[in-house]
Amino acid sequence: MLRRVLRTGLGRSLLIRELGASSGKGRNVSEMKKKIRSLLPGEPDNFMYDTRHLPPERSDVVIVGGGVIGLSVAFWLKKLEKRRDGIRVLVVERDQTYSRASTGLSVGGIRQQFSVPENVQLSLFSVDFLRNINEHLAVVDAPPVDLQFNPSGYLLLASEEGAAILESNVKMQRQEGAKICLMSPEQLRKKFPWINTEGVALASFGMENEGWFDPWSLLQGLRRKVQSMGVLFCQGEVTRFVTSSNRMRNSAGEEVNLRRIHEVHVKMDNSLEYQPVECAIVINAAGAWSGQVAELAGIGKGPPGTLQGTKLPVEPRKRFVYMWHCPQGPGLETPLLTDTNGVYFRREGLGNNYIGGRSPTEEEEPDPADLEVDHDFFQNKVWPHLAYRVPAFESLKVRSAWAGYYDYNTFDQNGVVGPHPLVVNMYFATGFSGHGLQHALGVGRAVAEMLLNGHFQTIDMSPFLFSRFYLEEKLLEQNII
Amino acid sequence: MAAPRAFLHLIPLKWNWGERGFRDLSGVTTPEASHRGRRTLLQFLSDHFYDVEFLREYFLRKQMQKLHLENGSYIRVQNKYGPDIAGAYFILKHGGAVKFRDMEWVRSDEWRHFIAGVSKFQAVPVEAVDASGCAINYDGLGNLLSLKELRSLSLQRCPHVDDWCLSRLYPLASSLQELSLAGCPRISERGLACLHHLQNLHRLDISDLPAVNFPGLTQILVEEMLPNCEVVGMDWAQGLRQGPDEQPQDAAGPIPVEPLAPGSRQPLCNS
Repeated sequence: MLRRVLRTGLGRSLLIRELGASSGKGRNVSEMKKKIRSLLPGEPDNFMYDTRHLPPERSDVVIVGGGVIGLSVAFWLKKLEKRRDGIRVLVVERDQTYSRASTGLSVGGIRQQFSVPENVQLSLFSVDFLRNINEHLAVVDAPPVDLQFNPSGYLLLASEEGAAILESNVKMQRQEGAKICLMSPEQLRKKFPWINTEGVALASFGMENEGWFDPWSLLQGLRRKVQSMGVLFCQGEVTRFVTSSNRMRNSAGEEVNLRRIHEVHVKMDNSLEYQPVECAIVINAAGAWSGQVAELAGIGKGPPGTLQGTKLPVEPRKRFVYMWHCPQGPGLETPLLTDTNGVYFRREGLGNNYIGGRSPTEEEEPDPADLEVDHDFFQNKVWPHLAYRVPAFESLKVRSAWAGYYDYNTFDQNGVVGPHPLVVNMYFATGFSGHGLQHALGVGRAVAEMLLNGHFQTIDMSPFLFSRFYLEEKLLEQNII
Repeated sequence: MAAPRAFLHLIPLKWNWGERGFRDLSGVTTPEASHRGRRTLLQFLSDHFYDVEFLREYFLRKQMQKLHLENGSYIRVQNKYGPDIAGAYFILKHGGAVKFRDMEWVRSDEWRHFIAGVSKFQAVPVEAVDASGCAINYDGLGNLLSLKELRSLSLQRCPHVDDWCLSRLYPLASSLQELSLAGCPRISERGLACLHHLQNLHRLDISDLPAVNFPGLTQILVEEMLPNCEVVGMDWAQGLRQGPDEQPQDAAGPIPVEPLAPGSRQPLCNS
C-alpha cells in the first residue's frame, strides 16, 4: 500500500512540476490534495451509481433493532470474535432518532434486587461494565462517555405478606454478591425521616452498585464504539425473511420442520426500495416489536400447542413516567423508592424534581398504539399512594410526563435469550419487560457467546431459552417495576 | 498533618506526565480541548490507516491495564499481617501517607523502614490516611474499606476517584469523621448524594470539584443531608470575590445561586 502511495505520489508530483510552469501554484496544490485524497483508503469509490445508503448485500450477522440490546450484542460479537474483522455485523434500525425506542424513554434504573439469580448476575455484570465504561467503550481521540450514574440505591418496601419473600430474595442476592441490606421500619424512619412507614414490615436497600444513569449516553457511547469496531449501520425496516425448510424426523418418529433464514429484506426509509441481505444469523433485538419480527420469520404459525405454533409472547405495553416538582420533598439522599404496591419514584437533579410512575394492572392496560400520556392515571392511581407514603408529596405539581414502551413478555415478564429451536438461525435478545436497559450488557455477551461458542459461558442463561414457552415453565420475577 | 502534605504536593506533577494519555480519556480534559485545538498528524493517520489506530488503541489499553495492576488488592499481605497493614502498605506504595494511632505519620519514602518495623505497627489500627494525589481507583479503594478505626481520610486531587468510589465508602461509616474530597476532577453531586451513609462525619471538604454543576446549591443540599457535619467548600465564593464592587451582596437571597467560577463547566438547563 505504502509503496503504491509513494510511487503514484512521486509520479504525480513530477507531472505537476511540469505543469506548474504554465499554471498557478495554488491550483497545483489543490489538485495534489485531491489526488492524495483519492488514493487514501476510506474514501468512497465512484461506481455507476451511489449505493451508499443501502445495506451491504452480504453480512454474517444481521441484528434487527439498534437499541441498547442490539448494540450490546454487536459490541460483544466484535469483542469476542477470534480474528479481527472475522465477523461482519449489520445493525438494522428503523428510527435513527430513537423517538419511540424504549432505551431513550426509560427511567434508567439499575438494581440487583431481583428474585431470579440469573437476573442478579446480569445486573452485577452490567454494573461492572458501566463502572469501567470508559475502558470498555474507549475510542481513540473521542471524549469519554459521561454516564451520569447516580449511585443512590434502590429502596424496596414490603408489606406484611411480602416480607418473607423479600427476606429470602435478599439472602439470595447477597449470595450472588450484591450489597443489599435489610431495614426494619424503625431503621427506615431513622434513615429517611420523610417516609411514612405505616404498612411497611420490611425494606431492602441497595448500598452499592444501584441507582440510575443516563440511557442516552450509554446508547451513544455504545454506538460510537461499535462503529469504530467496524459494525455497519443501516436505517431501514426488516419486511421479509426468505427462509427454506427442512423436514426431518426426531428419534420418536415425529416430523419436525426445521427452517433457516437465508435473506433479510431491508426496506429503506421513505421509499419502496429494498435490499436483500444474505446472512447466516439473524438476531431479534427489536424490543417491543420483536413479536412482529418473529412472526415474519414464521414463528408461531402452526397448530396451537406444538412447538411450531408457539408464538414469541412479546408485545408493546405503554408505561407512563411523570415528572413533578415538590419544594418540600425529600432531599439529596433520596433513593429510587418502590412502594409495596409498585409505585416508584426517584429524585431528578437537584431542584426538588422527582420522576416516577407505576405499572398499571392488566385490566387498565392503556392502548399501546401511540405514546399519548394519560394524566388521570397519575391523579387516580399514582398520586394517592405517593402522598400516603411520602406525606410531603401532598402538594406537588406535575411538570411533564412521557410514555415509553416495555417489551412486555406476557408469559412470565422475563427476557428471551438464545436461539429458536426450529428457526435455527434466529437468536433472541428481547422481552425484558422493563429491565432490558440494565441487563443489556450482560445479555449481549450471553448471546455473543452462544453464537460464537455454542454455549453460555459467563452467565448461564439457559432458563431464558425460548423453549420454556412450549414447556410451560414460567420464570417469574416477584416484583416487576 | 502539614509535613506530609507539603511533601505530597510534588507527587501529581511527577506522574501526571506518564499518565497523560489516560487522563485525556478519563474525563479530566474537556472534549472541546482534545478535539478542536490540536489535530495532530497522528490523528490524521489514525483516521485513514487502521493500523495506526489499532496501535494507538493498544497503547491506550496498556495504560489502563497498568492502572488496574497498581490498584490490585494485597491479599497476601492482608492474610499475613491483617487489613491495617495491607491498607497502609497500599497507600504507601501509591505515594500517600498513613498515621497509626498514637504514632507519627508514615510517609511514602519511609516504606522500607515501615516494612522493616512492621511488627511494631501490627497491633495498632490505622487512624488516618492521606492519599492526596494518588492514582487510586474503585478497586484500590477496597484496600481501605477494612480499616475499622479509620477516622480521617483525605482523597484530595485523586484523578481516578469518582462517584462510584464514594458509593463504596459506607463500610467506614461507623468510624469516619473527616473526609476530604477537594480537587477530585471526577466527583460530581451525584456521588456526593450517597455520603448520607456516613452519619458520624464531622468535617467534609468538597471544595474545588470541577464536575459539580451547581456548587452552591450542592453544598446546601449536602449540609441538609448531613446535619452534624461541617461542610467546607466555600472556595467557590472566594474565587468570585476578585472584583471589589461585587463583594457584599450574596448573603441576602434565600438560595445563593452563585455564578460559576472561571474554568468550571456551564450549567445545563435540564440537569
